[in-house]
Amino acid sequence: MMLFKLAFKNIRKSVSDYAIYFFTLVLGVAIFYVFNAIDSQTAMMKVSESTRDIIDLMLNMLSGVSVFVSFVLGFLIIYASRFLMKRRNKEFGIYMTLGMSKGKISKILVVETFLIGLLSLVVGLVLGCALSQVMSVIVANMFEADLTEFTFVISTNAIIKTIIYFGIMYLLVMIFNTISVSRCKLIDLINANKKTETVKLKNPYLCIVIFVIAVVMLGYAYYQVTGNVENLRETWQIFLPIGLGAVGTFLLFFSLSGLVLRVLQHFKKFYYKGLNSFTIKQFSSKINTTVFSMTVICLMLFVTICVFSSCMSMKNAMTSNLQELAPIDIQLLKTKNIPREFIEEYGYSEEQINNSYISIEDDLNSVGFNINNYYKDIVGINTYTTPNLTLKDTLGSTYSYMEEKYPFMTYDAVEEIVTVSDYNKAAKLLGLDTYTLDSDEYLVIADYDNMVSVRNAALGLNTPIIIDGKTYYPKYDKCKDGFLVISNSHINAGVFIVPDDAVSNLTVEDEYMYANYKADTEEEKQEIEDLLLSKSDALLNIGSTISAGTRLSIYEGSVGLGALVTFIGLYLGVIFLISSAAILALKELSEATENKERFKMLRKIGADEKLINKALFRQIAIFFLAPLVIAIIHSIFGIMFCNYILETFGNESLLLAIILTALLLVVIYGGYLLITYYCSKRIIKE
Amino acid sequence: MSNLLKIDNIEKYYGSRSGLTKAINNISFEVSKGEFVAIMGSSGSGKTTLLNCISTIDRVTSGHIYMNGVDITKLKGNDLNKFRREELGFIFQDFNLLDTLTAYENIALSLSIQDKGYQEIDKLIKDTAKKLGITHILNKYPYQMSGGEKQRVASARAIITEPKLILADEPTGALDSKSSKMLLDSFNYLNDELKATILMVTHDAFTASYAKRVIFIKDGKIFNEIIRGEKTRKEFFDEIINVVTLLGGDLNDAL
Repeated sequence: MMLFKLAFKNIRKSVSDYAIYFFTLVLGVAIFYVFNAIDSQTAMMKVSESTRDIIDLMLNMLSGVSVFVSFVLGFLIIYASRFLMKRRNKEFGIYMTLGMSKGKISKILVVETFLIGLLSLVVGLVLGCALSQVMSVIVANMFEADLTEFTFVISTNAIIKTIIYFGIMYLLVMIFNTISVSRCKLIDLINANKKTETVKLKNPYLCIVIFVIAVVMLGYAYYQVTGNVENLRETWQIFLPIGLGAVGTFLLFFSLSGLVLRVLQHFKKFYYKGLNSFTIKQFSSKINTTVFSMTVICLMLFVTICVFSSCMSMKNAMTSNLQELAPIDIQLLKTKNIPREFIEEYGYSEEQINNSYISIEDDLNSVGFNINNYYKDIVGINTYTTPNLTLKDTLGSTYSYMEEKYPFMTYDAVEEIVTVSDYNKAAKLLGLDTYTLDSDEYLVIADYDNMVSVRNAALGLNTPIIIDGKTYYPKYDKCKDGFLVISNSHINAGVFIVPDDAVSNLTVEDEYMYANYKADTEEEKQEIEDLLLSKSDALLNIGSTISAGTRLSIYEGSVGLGALVTFIGLYLGVIFLISSAAILALKELSEATENKERFKMLRKIGADEKLINKALFRQIAIFFLAPLVIAIIHSIFGIMFCNYILETFGNESLLLAIILTALLLVVIYGGYLLITYYCSKRIIKE
Repeated sequence: MSNLLKIDNIEKYYGSRSGLTKAINNISFEVSKGEFVAIMGSSGSGKTTLLNCISTIDRVTSGHIYMNGVDITKLKGNDLNKFRREELGFIFQDFNLLDTLTAYENIALSLSIQDKGYQEIDKLIKDTAKKLGITHILNKYPYQMSGGEKQRVASARAIITEPKLILADEPTGALDSKSSKMLLDSFNYLNDELKATILMVTHDAFTASYAKRVIFIKDGKIFNEIIRGEKTRKEFFDEIINVVTLLGGDLNDAL
C-alpha cells in the first residue's frame, strides 16, 4: 500500500514531466483504436459489393500496418520511459540511501507504469471512440456511402486489440525499467544532477570537410533519384541513394552544429545581441549530443512527408483522372476471329472460336439485351494486328538500346492498329483530339509516360513501320495523348493509327463498342448496368468473350483504392509524426532541469522575462525545426521520385497533397512544439 | 560620503503563522558610496537572506531598502530586472557562469542584455580583463578554468556594467586559499582604484578582514560592527576573530 501511495504521489508530483509522455500515450492509443475500429464503422454502411471487397482489403492492410505501428509505438514508449527514468535518478538515489532495496524501487516503477498505462488506455480509448465517430463520417464520405442512419459505434474488437497491444508494450516497459534499476549504482544516482557539462568543440576544419562530404553524398543521392532516375533499373540500386542519404544526413548533423556556430560567431553584431550567444550555444551543444536521434527523427519526418503526400496525391489523381479517362458510361470489348489453333494452344473452347466471329451487338441481342433500348451515342470500331508489326519492329534502330535499358519488356508483342477514321469516331465520343493522315503516314497514341518516352525515341528518329508490305512514316515526332480503353489511370502503352486502306488485308483483332446509357439519374444508370451484369452467365454460355469497362465500376474501384491509400498514409503519417515530435519534446524537457539553472543565472544577471521566454522559445523552435527543414529538403527529391514511380496516376494534384501534408505537420508537430514550450517555461519558472 | 544603500528596519519571515521563522529580525544599516562592507555570520544567521533581499531576488516582509533614495522593495516585474541589470553586479559562491559559453561570452552576456553594441562590448571586455588579469583565459570554457579563474571571470562580469553596488555572496567559498587571496586582492583593487562599492557576505574571518567595515549578524539581528580604520589587515583580522569568538555564544550560554 505504501508503494502504491508513493507511486501515485510521484506521478502527481511530476505531472509536468509526464505531460508529454502521457499525451503521447493517449494519442497513440486513440489513433491505434481509430484505425482498428474502421472495421465496425464500415460494417453498417450500405455499399456495393465491389466496394465491400475493397473495404475488406483495406481492413486487412490496416491490421497489417497496425503490427508495424505497434512496433514503432513500442520503441517510442520504451525510449520515453527511459528518458523519464534518467530525470529521476536523484530521487532513486535518495530512496536507496534511505535503505530501500532495488527490488522495491522496481516495484514502485511497475506500479507507476501500471497506473499511467491504465489511465492512458482509458483516456485514449475514450478519445479514440469520439474520434472514430468523426472517422466514420470521413470513411462514409470516401466510399460515398449513405450516412443517413448514423449510429454511435463502439468497436469491442478494436478495444480488446488496443488493450492487448498496449498491454504488451507496457509490460516491456516494466521489464526494461526493472533491468535498468538493477544495473544502476548509487554514486551515479546521487551525483546525477551535479554533472558539469564539458563543451567538446569539434575542430572547425574537420567540420567543414565532413560537411562537404555530407553535401556531396546527399547531392549524389538526390541526383540518383531525380536526374538519373531512368538508370535505376534493379530494385537494389535504390538502396544506394537511400543509404547515402541516411549516412549523409548523419554527417550533416554531425558537422552542422560546429559549422553553424563558427559561421554565426563571425557575425559579431548578431552573436553578441541580447541572449543570442546563449541560444546559439545551447542549440549547438544540444545538436552535438543528439546527432543520432536527430538523424533518426529527420529520416522519420522525411518518410512521413513522402508517404503522406504521395498517398494523398495518388488518391486525388485517381479521382480527378476519372473525368478525363472514363468519359463514357460503358465500353465493351470483344476479341474477334480467334484462330482454330488456339483451341490447343490457349485452351479456347470450340464455342468461343465460333462465337468470336459474331459482333458485340448480335451477341447481346441473342441473350435478350437490345442495345438500342438501353444505349445511346453508340460507336463501334475495330482494331487490327499483324505478326509483322511488333514492339521490336516499331522501335527501329533504338531497339538494341531499349532492350539493354529495359530488358524485361516483351518486345515481340504485336502492336494494336486502328484506322484513322475509326479512331476519329471513337475520339469524338471520348473527347479526344482527331487527326488526318496522308497515305504514307502513321501516328501513335499513348499516355503511359514510360512507354511514351520509349516510343518517342523511335518517333524522333522518323522510324518507319511496314504494314502489309507498305512503308509508313510518323506524322509527329512524339506520341499523341489518347486511349481506347477507359480506366482510372494513364495506362495506354500505345496504339498505332494508320490510313484506312492500310488494314484492308489484315484481320480484325478486337471489336470495341462505346456508349452512354439512356438514363438521367445514377439509379437508372445502375439499373442498366445491373441488367447487363445479369446477362453475363448467359453470355458465357454461348461462348462470348465480351468484356466491359463501365464508368461506375471504375469509379467505385478507384474511390476504394483512393480511400485505402489515404487511410494507410494518414495512419503511418500521424504515428511517425507523433513519434518524432515526442522524442524531440522529451529530449527538450529532460534537459529542462539543466536549463532551469542556466535560466536562473540569466535572471540573476538581470535578463528580462520577455528576453528569457524569447530565448527559450527560440531554443525549442530551432531544435524542432532543424530536423524538419532537412527532412523537407530530402522530401522535395523524395516526392519527385515517388511521383516518377507513381506517374501512371498522374501528378496533377500534388500541390493539394503537399498542402494537406503541411497542415498535418503544423498541427501535430506544431502542437508538440507549443506543449514543450509551455512545459519548459513552467519548469524554468519554478 | 553619500549614502548609496539604506536599509531601514527590514524583517523577513519564513513559514506560516504557526511555525514562524524570523530570518531577519529588524535590521538597519547604511552603506556609503565607495565602501567595502563585509557581513559576517554563521550559517543560518540570515546573512544570505539579507543579501537576497537587497538584490531583490527575495522580498522583505516589512521595512524598506533604498538605493540612491529609490525604494527597491516597491519595484515590480521588469523594473526589478532593469534594476538588477543596471544597478547591481553579482558574484556568487558557485560562480554562476554558463557552462556552454566561454569566459568572453559570459562577460559579454551581461552587456548584450543591456543592448550594448558589439564594438563597445569588445572594448569594455578587453579593458576589464586586463585589469583583472584574465586576458589569457577569455576564450576558455568554465570547465577548463580553475576556481579562482572562474571567480575572477564572474567578477569581471559583475563590474563590467559599472554597477552602483557589487554584491558578493561567499565569493571565496569554493576557492583554495591562494585563489581566495588573489580574488580578494582584486576586490581591493576594484574598491581602491575603481571606487566600486562592494557588499560581501561571508562566514570566513580571513575574507572579511579585506573589507573596510564588518557587520556581524546573529539570529537575524545585527550583533556587532567593527571598522578597520587605520589598522593593518592582520590587526583587523585578530579583531574579527575576537568578535567571532563572542558570536559563538551558544557554547558560552551552555556553561
